[in-house]
Amino acid sequence: MSHPHTPDYVIPKPPLASRILASTPVSIIIYLLVIGFIVYTAYDGSRAMGYNWQWYRMPQYLWTITDEGFQWGEIALGLVKTLQLSLLAFSLALGLGLLVALLRLSGLLVGSAVALVFLEIVRNTPLLVLLYLFYYVMGPIFDLDRYAASILCLGVYHAALISEILRAAINSVGLGQWEGASSIGMSKAQAYRYIVLPQSVRFMLPPMTGEMVNMVKSSAIVSVIAVAELTTMGRNIISDSYMSFEVWFTIAAVYLVVTLTLSFGVSLVERHYSLK
Amino acid sequence: MGLSDESRWLLLEYMAYQPVFENEVMTDGNPIIQVEALDKFYGSFQALDNINMTVHSGERVVICGPSGSGKSTLIRCFNALEHHSAGKLVVDGIEVHEGSKQIRKLRQEVGMVFQQFNLFPHLTVLENLTIGPMRVRKVPRQEAEANAHRYLERVHIPEQADKYPSQLSGGQQQRVAIARSLCMETRLMLFDEPTSALDPEMINEVLDVMVSLADTGMTMVCVTHEMGFARKVADTMIFMDGGQIIETAPPEKFFTQPESERCKAFLEQILEH
Repeated sequence: MSHPHTPDYVIPKPPLASRILASTPVSIIIYLLVIGFIVYTAYDGSRAMGYNWQWYRMPQYLWTITDEGFQWGEIALGLVKTLQLSLLAFSLALGLGLLVALLRLSGLLVGSAVALVFLEIVRNTPLLVLLYLFYYVMGPIFDLDRYAASILCLGVYHAALISEILRAAINSVGLGQWEGASSIGMSKAQAYRYIVLPQSVRFMLPPMTGEMVNMVKSSAIVSVIAVAELTTMGRNIISDSYMSFEVWFTIAAVYLVVTLTLSFGVSLVERHYSLK
Repeated sequence: MGLSDESRWLLLEYMAYQPVFENEVMTDGNPIIQVEALDKFYGSFQALDNINMTVHSGERVVICGPSGSGKSTLIRCFNALEHHSAGKLVVDGIEVHEGSKQIRKLRQEVGMVFQQFNLFPHLTVLENLTIGPMRVRKVPRQEAEANAHRYLERVHIPEQADKYPSQLSGGQQQRVAIARSLCMETRLMLFDEPTSALDPEMINEVLDVMVSLADTGMTMVCVTHEMGFARKVADTMIFMDGGQIIETAPPEKFFTQPESERCKAFLEQILEH
C-alpha cells in the first residue's frame, strides 16, 4: 500500500562546514596535529637546553639477552612488584570495603558508627601521611616491613573508597528484591549472597574499574619508602644513568599500558553482567 | 484499577447476568490466621486501627477498599514484611511479632505474590523457581527442578523455563511469581494487588491461574479490585477504609446488600460510572 501523502519534503542537511568538521578524517588530522605540536615543542625545548637523548640505552632496563641467556631488566621487575602490590592491596581493600559497607548498611548503631569513623579518618588523611603512619608508627609497633606496610596502607585507603562504591551499588538494588527474597524464606545473608550482591555487580563494575586503575597509580607513592616497585626502579635507573627524560617517558608508558589493559579487561566482564 | 471504561461495562454486564451462587466453602475449620486488636502506626499516622479477623484453612478471603485504606499494610503484616505496633497476630500457629526468631519459618509456609512481581532479574525463570527450595529448604536440585517444571505447567508457561524475566510479558512474569510461591509448597498464599500493574489484556490470564489455584483448596488472602474474580472465588469479602475493617460478608450479600454507606459508595464507584 502506498503512503497517501508521498512526501516532497526533504529533511535539510546540516551546513557543509559542520559536516566537514565532524567527519572522521578531519578529526584524525586535528588529533594528529595537536599530538605533533606537543611532541615537537618537547623535542625543541629539550634540544634548546642541550639534552642528550639516549633512547638506545633504554631497552637493557626492560630486558637483556646476554651469553647467560634472557634476563628481565629492572623496569620489568619493578612492574611485577607493582602488579603484585596492587593485587594484594586490592584484595585487602575489597574484603575490608565489603565489611565496612555491610556494617554501614546493617542498621546497627554501633556498626554504622564504627564504619563512619573509619571512613572519615581514612578519607580525610592524605595518602602520603597515611603511608608514613603505617611505616614509621605502626611499622615498629607491629613489626611490619616496608612491603607489608605499603600493602596495608594502600588496602586501608582504598577500602574506604570501595566501601562507598559497594554501598551505593547495594542500595541501587530495589527494595522489591529484598521482599521477594524474604517472601521465600531467605535469611538476610542468603538474600545478600544469592539475590542482591549478584545484581549489584552491574552497578559497581564501572566505578570499581576506576578504583583498580587508581590503585595501580597510587601504588607509585610507596616509592618514598623505597619499596622496589616500578617508580622506585625509575628513580634508581636515573641515579645511575642520568637519562631522566627517557626513563620517565618509559615508566609513564608502562603505567598507561597496565591501566588501559585493566579497563579493557573489565569492559569485557561488564558485558557479561549487563542486563539480560 | 487499570480497566478501560469499556471493560468496566463488560464486567458490569457480565456480573448482572451471572447467577449469584453460593461458593462452596472448603474450610476444615482450623484458623490459619488469627488477628486480634491489631494496630499499626507509621510515626503518628495510624495505618491499621483495631483489626480483628480470622482466616480458616481452605478459606478464600478477598480484601478490597480505596487506596490508602490499609489493605496492603494488613496483608504485608501477615508474613512480617511490616510489623504491627500493637495487638496479636498468629499465622499458621506462629505468633508474629518484630524480632521473632520464627519469622523465617513463617515465611516458608506463607507464599506472597506482589503487585510488581519482584522476580529476580539476574536468574532464569527456572532458577527463580528453584532458588527458594534449594537454598532455603535444601531440596536437591533434581527434585527442585522437577517441581518447578510441574508448577510452570500449572501456570501454563512450561516453555519459558530458560528465559529471563525481562523477556516475558507482565502477565507471564506474574504467573512465574505465583509459581515461585507454589514451589515453596506453602499452605497459605497472600496476593497483594496481583493484577494492578498489568495491562488489561493480561489480567485474565493471571486471574485464571488464581481461580484454578482456589479450586485446589489453597487458603488465599487477596487484596484486589477484580470484583468478577472476587465473586467467583471468595468465601468472605472484607471492605476496609481508613485502616479499619468496615464490613465483612459473604460475596452474595456483600455485592447485593452492603450494609455500610462507605462500602456502598465504593462498590458503586468501581463497578459503575
